[in-house]
Amino acid sequence: MNTPTLSRPVDRRDFLKFSAFAGGGLVLGFYLKSSGSATGAEVVKPVAGAEFKPNAFIRIAPNGVVTIVSKQPEIGQGIKTSLPMIIAEELEVSWKDVVIVQGDLDAAYGSQSAGGSRSTPTNYDEFHKLGATARTMLVQAAAQTWGVPSAECNASGTAIHHAASKRTLGYGELVAKASTLPVPAPADVKLKDPKDFKLLGTRITGVDNPKIVTGQSLFGIDTKLPGMLYAVYEKCPVFGGTVVSANTDQIKTLPGVKDAFIIEGTANTAGLMPGVAIIADSTWAAFSARKQLKVVWDEGKFANDSWDAFTSKAKALSSQAGGSTVLKDGDVDAAFAGAAKVITADYSYPFISHLSIEPQNCTAHYHDGKMEIWAPTQNPAAGNPMITQLLDIPAANITVHMMRAGGGFGRRLSADFIIEAAAIAKRVPAPVKLTWSREDDLHHDQFRAGGFHFLKGGLDANGKLVAWKNHFVTFGSMGVGRGGGAPSLQTKSGGSLDADQFPARFLTNYLAEQSVMECNIPMGPWRAPGNNVFSFVMQGFIDELAHAAGRDPLEFRLDLLSQKKSGNYNADRMTGVVKLAAEKAGWNPKRFPKGQGQGISFHFSHAGYIAMVAEVTVSKDGQLKVDRVVAACDIGAQIVNRSGAENQVQGSVIDGLGTMMFQELNIERGRIVQNNLNDYPMIRINDAPPRVEVHFLSTNYPTTGLGEPAIPPVAPAIGNAIFAATGKRVRQFPLSRTDLRWS
Amino acid sequence: MSKYTLQINGQSRNVDVAPDTPLLWVLRDSLELVGTKFGCGVGQCGACTVHLNGVATRSCMTTVSTVGRKQVTTIEGLSTDGSHPLQKAWCELDVAQCGYCQAGQIMAAAALLKENPKPADQEIDDAMTNLCRCATYIRIRAGIKRAAGIPIEGDAMNSMGAVPTVASLQEAVK
Repeated sequence: MNTPTLSRPVDRRDFLKFSAFAGGGLVLGFYLKSSGSATGAEVVKPVAGAEFKPNAFIRIAPNGVVTIVSKQPEIGQGIKTSLPMIIAEELEVSWKDVVIVQGDLDAAYGSQSAGGSRSTPTNYDEFHKLGATARTMLVQAAAQTWGVPSAECNASGTAIHHAASKRTLGYGELVAKASTLPVPAPADVKLKDPKDFKLLGTRITGVDNPKIVTGQSLFGIDTKLPGMLYAVYEKCPVFGGTVVSANTDQIKTLPGVKDAFIIEGTANTAGLMPGVAIIADSTWAAFSARKQLKVVWDEGKFANDSWDAFTSKAKALSSQAGGSTVLKDGDVDAAFAGAAKVITADYSYPFISHLSIEPQNCTAHYHDGKMEIWAPTQNPAAGNPMITQLLDIPAANITVHMMRAGGGFGRRLSADFIIEAAAIAKRVPAPVKLTWSREDDLHHDQFRAGGFHFLKGGLDANGKLVAWKNHFVTFGSMGVGRGGGAPSLQTKSGGSLDADQFPARFLTNYLAEQSVMECNIPMGPWRAPGNNVFSFVMQGFIDELAHAAGRDPLEFRLDLLSQKKSGNYNADRMTGVVKLAAEKAGWNPKRFPKGQGQGISFHFSHAGYIAMVAEVTVSKDGQLKVDRVVAACDIGAQIVNRSGAENQVQGSVIDGLGTMMFQELNIERGRIVQNNLNDYPMIRINDAPPRVEVHFLSTNYPTTGLGEPAIPPVAPAIGNAIFAATGKRVRQFPLSRTDLRWS
Repeated sequence: MSKYTLQINGQSRNVDVAPDTPLLWVLRDSLELVGTKFGCGVGQCGACTVHLNGVATRSCMTTVSTVGRKQVTTIEGLSTDGSHPLQKAWCELDVAQCGYCQAGQIMAAAALLKENPKPADQEIDDAMTNLCRCATYIRIRAGIKRAAGIPIEGDAMNSMGAVPTVASLQEAVK
């Protein structure tokens, strides 16, 4: 399709090509949303008739219905509502006239991966131009129809108006004319002044809400195809283990079972791991048969790994020289020698799961040499190279339908569940839905890596921070790096300290070192990778230093933020949100009695500057209650959807609290110890703070996404408030590792 | 396999399944009522919550052979047109993020409000044991209060009134 992609600014030639196609007398499909397709996918079905289709994302029908394609995966971040809002804003359509349709994976849409809170910033400007270009053409169509200058016409409410003659033409009435017009040059397309925005910045409710609250087929796991079979897939509990043998002949005799077979798989722990598939005529038949499955595994060389051993090894590594230097400024050893006060602290956190509430699943249908995929994914293209390489299906023969996903948090950037479903489907003469159990999900996540930080800080006689050292001990697995060469230990997303991690570049004497321990545990991005734990460590230790210096934690931080030496960290933006959070919260830690406390933190990640103040109560027997969290967020010039933005921040605060309070995976004998929610607790409503207040600070910077940056400041704000309340410093996740009792 | 006649959303439905099949999978695979969700399979998360004779019940832990003549209500049967006060409140307050758990949350809340039409804050927290992984708990509380006609206090929720929805999607529900 000759349609504009979003990997670059909208190209006039692309518009022209498409416009010529649309206006060339062809009868094109007019797309209507199918409200209840058999598969659950949002099938768009062609209906005869003319349409105005200025680009791949907008279709206007003669009845005035405006269809906008949502190209990004919807995982709960609200993008299926917010990106179309941008087009609707510039197009001057009434939101009630808009139908949103989820697009499939299609090169016409440009990049479709939803990660790094990048969906908004990478599409924001282009989506404005897409809507404005179409609006400009509709204005021209009306002006030509009336024989008046375009400048006398204005667009609003899905119609063009000519004030002087009090004439109005609805968009539907302009479809035929607009389809014949050339696409205007970019210079002739005027974007709206933000002060005239009607939709952006308001609260628009999610476009799938009516389906969600009535239980209609919507999510990947809801997919149902004619003749579909159901699959489960058992993998070795030790990462990298392989199948020696399995009782598949016996399994095939069980009720409802259609087939059972071993898949050899590969060593890629984010790909097609070795295992045993069972295919049955219902989910429960497959689950039941699995209870009879007996597999002999070769558990491989990681079968003795344990968290306790990693902890001991990390401690040993911390006292040794070595590791790699992340950033070295000045001379920390000399600065510590000359410091009036030196304090040290060890911080650590365990491996954790994403636990997206919809278990991993994927439906695949192999027919006529083609692979068709229905996947709840954040990264719809991720499975295709593996499908081509391992199953010998060319990319042109792979179709991916993007299904709404029951949570992502980074988990669904990996395509292990997609390649498993495809590999199974290649051997089954029917569509097949692979459903992971919750136990599968917990045992075979792409985990948030654990880590250990050994910190040392120096204060001068005036209580000023003069030196900072962090030895970070992390995890990696053997592999070839991006630069090629011999295999070496590779850290994964979020498992490596970066040279700009605050307070880097704000101190004359600063040293960050990193040591890597080998494991074969699959590791991957977890909501605000790295940042979600680094913030806890850095903002916790900064708080320790402030108290050691006898200074107010807010004043200490503002002073530190004023000391920038180098780098791209925008200290002014951060200072802005720190002051806003403090003001809105009524910062005054001295006003709280013993057992209650106020804590502050801030963190930059994913182009967002966020500060938080938490107020907590800790009972004498050590029970934590978070009373209030105030969040101040600078994510740029424009909030797209205020309802979604507030929901993301409130959810992030409670998610961050829950991660701090509860989440922990233990590792013994090379495998995950926990099995399900009964031994891997997650935060519930009774621990959610009664008040989470969200404030936005609009600044003249590009708008960015909000799925991730509000996570990192949560845990340190609460940890620092706990210290203020009790004098007990939280240096480990989960909270159960710290005795909070006081008297 | 055994034959059962179940009372689902006011209708008699015949199924032929293994006696130990959880009601969850009968609903999803046999009856194509997919609003009831699989989350954990061990009764912990509540995504599979339905009503048995009006009582909120985890359908993943309820084998089909134990259902008998009990009236089963699923999210699809909570109202005929999405007009239950909780469904309306959930849309108006934009409670969902990913939305996967919300049918179970609404079913749990509906059972609560039937027993206790004006629950106190603590009673809401005590009754709502379902997991929301996106942690939309603040809006879940607000949604229950909106449906119950209880004023919503504090923070951003104050300024949230009814906001526009996509009309065509609402029509699709009807």
